[in-house]
Amino acid sequence: MGLVAWIAAYAALEPFADTALALCGLTRQTRLGEAVHFFIYDTPKVLLLLTGIVFVMGVIHTFIAPERTRALLSGRRLGIGNVMAATLGIITPFCSCSAVPLFIGFLSAGVPLGVTFSFLIAAPMVNEIALALLFGLFGWKVAALYLALGLAVAITAGLVIGRLGMEEHLEDWVRAMQGTQSAAFDPAKPCWDKRLASGLAHVESIVGKVWHYILLGIAVGAAIHGYVPEDFMASIMGKDAPWWSLPAAVAIGVPMYSNAAGIIPIVEALLGKGAALGTVLAFMMSVIALSLPEMIILRKVLKPRLIATFASVVAAGILLVGYVFNALL
Amino acid sequence: MQIKVLGTGCANCRSTVALIDQAAQAKGIAIEITKVEDLKDIMSYGVMSTPAVVVDGKVVHAGGIPSRDKIDAWLK
Repeated sequence: MGLVAWIAAYAALEPFADTALALCGLTRQTRLGEAVHFFIYDTPKVLLLLTGIVFVMGVIHTFIAPERTRALLSGRRLGIGNVMAATLGIITPFCSCSAVPLFIGFLSAGVPLGVTFSFLIAAPMVNEIALALLFGLFGWKVAALYLALGLAVAITAGLVIGRLGMEEHLEDWVRAMQGTQSAAFDPAKPCWDKRLASGLAHVESIVGKVWHYILLGIAVGAAIHGYVPEDFMASIMGKDAPWWSLPAAVAIGVPMYSNAAGIIPIVEALLGKGAALGTVLAFMMSVIALSLPEMIILRKVLKPRLIATFASVVAAGILLVGYVFNALL
Repeated sequence: MQIKVLGTGCANCRSTVALIDQAAQAKGIAIEITKVEDLKDIMSYGVMSTPAVVVDGKVVHAGGIPSRDKIDAWLK
């Protein structure tokens, strides 16, 4: 039932926007008309996509609790462990406020430090909200690239941190807990009614939290679409911008804190004004993956050198992704 | 009845405490509710996601705000 309604609504988007525009007495040939069309077409489209994807993720979450992910990763070696950790990071329910308990929980069940970091980097950065919004606003190619590159950064950064053997830079009480718990996990098996209900609950909590960012983002996008000259940002953040524009974008993004939805208006604005895609995605990744508040929380379990290593390895990975991206496109 | 809410002080943890308080008052049950914010103490319960709820020494919930039904079931 819900699925049919969803597909019907999605198919009706374009005609709906055209009709609504005609009712206002506007045509797409005018600037105002183009901006309004963009807004009334994109808003329901993005909200529909977000609702759909968040619902599916809510159902998937009922299969993958953090405890199950931990059991899957326990005792894995570097390499395959990092790939698994980054991938599981996408689908495991994760909230930045429980990043630290999760971190300790993984280590205490014998998940290697480098593998734990791969998870910790991928989980906030590559999430369903970021992917749904990128897909809705910029198309599936941008979303797929973000997914692939985000995973690559998380896997590589985790591998590097693991290779550096920095266990001694964990706080002593955390180190003492390494490998002390069993990762045994006895999953509760909810019935399908419960799973679908938790999908709906997920939609309610996520979409309820982020919809105003999305409206703002699309409004910004619509205004730019109609009015601002396309190459406004091209000289500073475009493809032919000086080499330092990418490091500068990442350096600005690292201390900033925002969730995927909050950053979308800025991404929309930058891209619309002619900034290069690699630079913008690198900026977005650095804002979501690294933040000052997160560092402060992590300080409770990591010594300063490990925090510094973590931040610089991830930032370097993001930079590399940005350069590769700009060079390829 | 002793109830502990484990969490490092995010908004979800505060709402969890408020929700349990409400439910207990509605049922007229006397509870003693405490917040556990120290990481070492939280980890000693072996939970990995917060907010988590401990009723009389037993972990009954972890990760996210518990539903009203769930809370009511604890308060029996």
